[in-house]
Amino acid sequence: MILTSVLVLLGIGFSAAAILAMASRLLYVYEDPRIAEVESVLAGANCGGCGFPGCAAAAQGVVSGRAGATVCVIGGDEVAANVAAIMGLSFSSMEKQIAFVDCTGGIRAEEIYDYAGVSDCRAQDLLYGGNKMCPEGCLGHGTCVTACQFGAIEMGPHGYPVVDPALCTACGACAQVCPRGVITIWGMTARLAHLNEITDCLAPCRQRCPGQINIPRYIEQTSRGDFAGALETIRERIPMPLTIGRVCPYPCESACRRTHVDAPVGINMVKRYVADWEMNSGQHLPIPCAPETGRRVAVVGGGPAGLSCAFFLRRLGHSPTIFESMPKLGGQLRYGIPEYRLPKAVLDWEIEGILGLGIDVVHGKTFGTDFDLESLKAEGFEAVFLGIGAWMNMTLRIEGEDAKGVETGTEFLTKVGLNMDPGVGRKVVVIGGGNTAIDTARTSVRLGAEVTLMYRRTKGEMPANIEEIIGAEEEGVKYLFLAAPTRIVSDESGHVTHVEYIRMELGEPDESGRRSPVPVEGSAALIEADTVYTAIGQKPELSCLYDEEGNCQLKQTRWRTLDAHPVTLQTALPHVFTGGDMHTGPGIVITALGEGRKAARSIHQYLTDGAPHYSAKVQRDLIPYTMFTHVPDVGYRKRSTVPHLIGCDERVCTFKEIEGALSSEEAKHEACRCLRCGLTCYNRDLPARECSEEGCVSRS
Amino acid sequence: MDYFTLVIAAIFVNNIVLAQYLGNCPFIGTSKESGVAIGMGLAVVFVATMAAAITWCVQRFLLVPLDLAYLQTITFILVIASLVQFVEMFLKKVVPPLYKSLGIFLPLITTNCAVLGIAIICQREEYTLLETIVFSIASGAGFLLALVVLASIRERLDLARVPTCLRGTPLALIMAGLMSLAFFAFKGMAS
Ligand code: SF4
Ligand code: SF4
Repeated sequence: MILTSVLVLLGIGFSAAAILAMASRLLYVYEDPRIAEVESVLAGANCGGCGFPGCAAAAQGVVSGRAGATVCVIGGDEVAANVAAIMGLSFSSMEKQIAFVDCTGGIRAEEIYDYAGVSDCRAQDLLYGGNKMCPEGCLGHGTCVTACQFGAIEMGPHGYPVVDPALCTACGACAQVCPRGVITIWGMTARLAHLNEITDCLAPCRQRCPGQINIPRYIEQTSRGDFAGALETIRERIPMPLTIGRVCPYPCESACRRTHVDAPVGINMVKRYVADWEMNSGQHLPIPCAPETGRRVAVVGGGPAGLSCAFFLRRLGHSPTIFESMPKLGGQLRYGIPEYRLPKAVLDWEIEGILGLGIDVVHGKTFGTDFDLESLKAEGFEAVFLGIGAWMNMTLRIEGEDAKGVETGTEFLTKVGLNMDPGVGRKVVVIGGGNTAIDTARTSVRLGAEVTLMYRRTKGEMPANIEEIIGAEEEGVKYLFLAAPTRIVSDESGHVTHVEYIRMELGEPDESGRRSPVPVEGSAALIEADTVYTAIGQKPELSCLYDEEGNCQLKQTRWRTLDAHPVTLQTALPHVFTGGDMHTGPGIVITALGEGRKAARSIHQYLTDGAPHYSAKVQRDLIPYTMFTHVPDVGYRKRSTVPHLIGCDERVCTFKEIEGALSSEEAKHEACRCLRCGLTCYNRDLPARECSEEGCVSRS
Repeated sequence: MDYFTLVIAAIFVNNIVLAQYLGNCPFIGTSKESGVAIGMGLAVVFVATMAAAITWCVQRFLLVPLDLAYLQTITFILVIASLVQFVEMFLKKVVPPLYKSLGIFLPLITTNCAVLGIAIICQREEYTLLETIVFSIASGAGFLLALVVLASIRERLDLARVPTCLRGTPLALIMAGLMSLAFFAFKGMAS
C-alpha cells in the first residue's frame, strides 16, 4: 500500500515533470537574457512608481525600448548606470526631477462648497468641480499626500501640498491622482522648455510679461531674502536680469492686481535689486546646464534674442555658436541704448556671464555676405536661429530728406555706442515719439545740443516710457507735439538749416478708437536746426536672405518681417528658427529675450523629437476672469521709489547711470507689497490674530 | 442534477469565498481596484475549470482504481501546480495577448486554495465530469463576483473618512465579513 502510494506519487511527479520539460521545449519562447540581467540590477521594490506593474515588467520595458535607463524611480544614478551598462547605452548623470506644486492658493481662494462628507480631491472634483472658486487651483484635501509612497509630500499650513525635494523620487503618483493638475513632475529641462498654459497658476503680471517670468515666485523669494533663488527663477526665463532691470518698460506692472489698491508692485525694481546684488558680489552665480549633447546650432545675431536663444540652448545641453557682425555682442542693447540707461560695463558683465556657460562667438561675420544658411549646414550646424534685429530705418518720405545733417536716431546712437564722433550740431530736432527718439534727444542734450522733439500726436500718446519722457523734459528737451515735418530746408552747401512742419489736430476716432492726427490747413512753420534725427520706426533688413538670383526660401510677413509660426517660431525651412525684432518688428527687449527662449525650446525639440510642438492650452492673451477690477481686504502700502543717482543739472553733461537701485530694506518692502496672486486668488490682509499665528510679521 | 440549481448554489449560496471561506488571500490582496479584481476573477474561472476537470480524471482513473483516495489533496496540489505552469507556457507561446492580459495572476493562482477547494468539492459531491465543469465555472464566477463587489466597495471607501487604524486590510476584512453575512440571505435557495 505504502509502496503503491509512493510509486503513484512519484509517477505523477515524474509525468508532470516530463510533460513540463517537453512543453518547455515545444513551447519555448525566446526571451532576451538582458531582461533578467536588467531585473537583477533594479531596486527590486516592486513599488510600481515607474508605471510598470513591478520590476520584471519594468525590465521588459527597458529591453523593449519602452523605458530608458532611468526607469527605476528609487534606484538613483547607480541603478541607472548599471541598466545603461547592460543595455550598452551611455549614461551621464540623471537629471534630478521633483514634484512641483504651482498652486499656492489654498485657503485664500474663496470656497463655494464645503461638503464635509468627501475628503478626496478626485471625488470633490467629480461631485462639485471642486470647492474653490479657482477653476484650476488646489482643492486642499491632500489626496496626493496619501498617494506618495515615499512620504515626500505633505499638506502645508495653508492647505496646499508642500514637497520635500530630498525625499521625492519623481515617481509621479501624486501628479496622477491630482484632478486639477496642480502637481507636475519637473526637471530643469522641462522647466526651461515650458510655455505658460492657461491652466497654470498665472498671476496677472505673469500673464502679461512677454518673457513669461514667474514673477510672484521670485518676488516671494526676494521677500525671504533668498536672492540667489530669485535669480534662478528669473534665469529660467531670461538670461539678462541686469539689463531688463534697467531698460524694461515693465508691461507686467500695468496688469498688477495691486493697482486696484494703491499702486502696482515695483516688479522691475525688485528684479534690478537682485540682479545688482549678484553683480555687486563680484561673482557670477553658477547656472546649471543639462549634460552636453554635442549638437551644434548657429545663432545669427548677438542681440538680446540671439543671446537668449544661445543661453537656453546651452542650458538645454546643446552647443550654440553666435555669429555677430559688430565688434561686440549686445546688438541694440549696446548700440541703441545710451550709456546713462544701460552702462556698457554692466552689459559686458552680464554677457560675460552668459558666454561663461560655454558659448562660442564668431565676430565680424555678416550673414548673407560672409556666410549663409547653406554654408552653416555644410559646417555641421544642425539648426539655425536668425535674430538679426530690425536695423533698417523708415524714411520720412519728405522733400530734402537727403540733406547733410539729417540722420537716423539709431545711426547716431550706434556712433555714440562705438565711441565715434557723431557730429551732433548745436540745434537738434528729433522726429518721433518712441524710446529711440527720447534716447536720441537725451544723448544729444548730453553732447551739448539744444534739442526739440517733434511728434505728430499728443504727449499722452507717445509710445516712450513715461519716466523717460519726464526725464527728458527735466533735462531740457523741448517738445513740439501735434506737428509733422513736411520739408527739410537746406543751404547752398546742402546742409540742413530748418525743418518745415505743419500743425496737426486730432480728428475723428478711427476703427481702433484712436483719433488720428489731421493737418491744420495753413499752419506751416519753420524751426531752426543744424542736425535732424529721425526715429520713426525700423524694420528688419531682409535682403541678406536672398541669393544672387533674388530667391529666398523663407517667407516674409506683410510688415516686412520674417514669417514664422507664432508659437514655435519655426520658419518655412524646418531647421531655421527666428525671433526678436526680425520676427516681431521693433519691440521691447524683454519680448526679444522671450522669443529667444521660445526659439531655443523649439530647436531643442526639433533636435531631440524631430519637430517642435506645443500644447493647445498655451496662454497668449490675458485670461479675462483673472483680471479683477477691485481687490478687497488689502490695506494701503506705499510704493518704493527708485533713487536718482545724480542730480538733474549734472545729468545733462554726463553719461553716468541715472537710475539707482533700491536698498535691501526697500526691496523687501516692495516684495512684501506683492499679493502673490494666482488665477483668482491673492493674499489678503489677514486679521491681526491670524497674522501673528501665521508668523507673517512682514505683512503687518 | 438540475444544472440551474447547481449554478445558483455555487455562485450565491455556497460562494467559494463568502460561504466556504476559501481563497481569502487573493480575495483581500487583489480587491483594491476593480480592474485588477476582474483580471484575477477571470483567471480563477479559467484555471479552476481546467484543474477540476483534470483532477476529476486523476481521481476517477488513477486514485480510485488503485484505492489511493487518501492521497487526494497532495496529488491535486501537484497536478494543479503543474497545470498552471503548463497553461502559462502554453498561453505564452500560443495566445500571447491572453497571456499578457492574465499577467501576474496566473502564477498567483498556483497556490490558490479556492482552486484546490473547488476540485475537492467536486469529488466530495461525486459530480459527473459535466457537473464538475459546470460547478467549477460557477464557483469561479462566484469568486469573481465577490472580488468585484469588494473591490468596488473598497474603491469607494478610499474616498471616505476612515480612522487611520482601520484603513486598508482591516476595513477590507470587515467589509468581507459583512458581505459574507449578506450572502447568508441566499441560504435555503438551493443546497
Ligand atoms: S508621489 Fe509625488 S511627492 Fe511623492 S515621491 Fe512621487 S512625485 Fe514625489
Ligand atoms: S500683486 Fe504680485 S503676484 Fe499679484 S499681480 Fe502684482 S506682482 Fe503679480
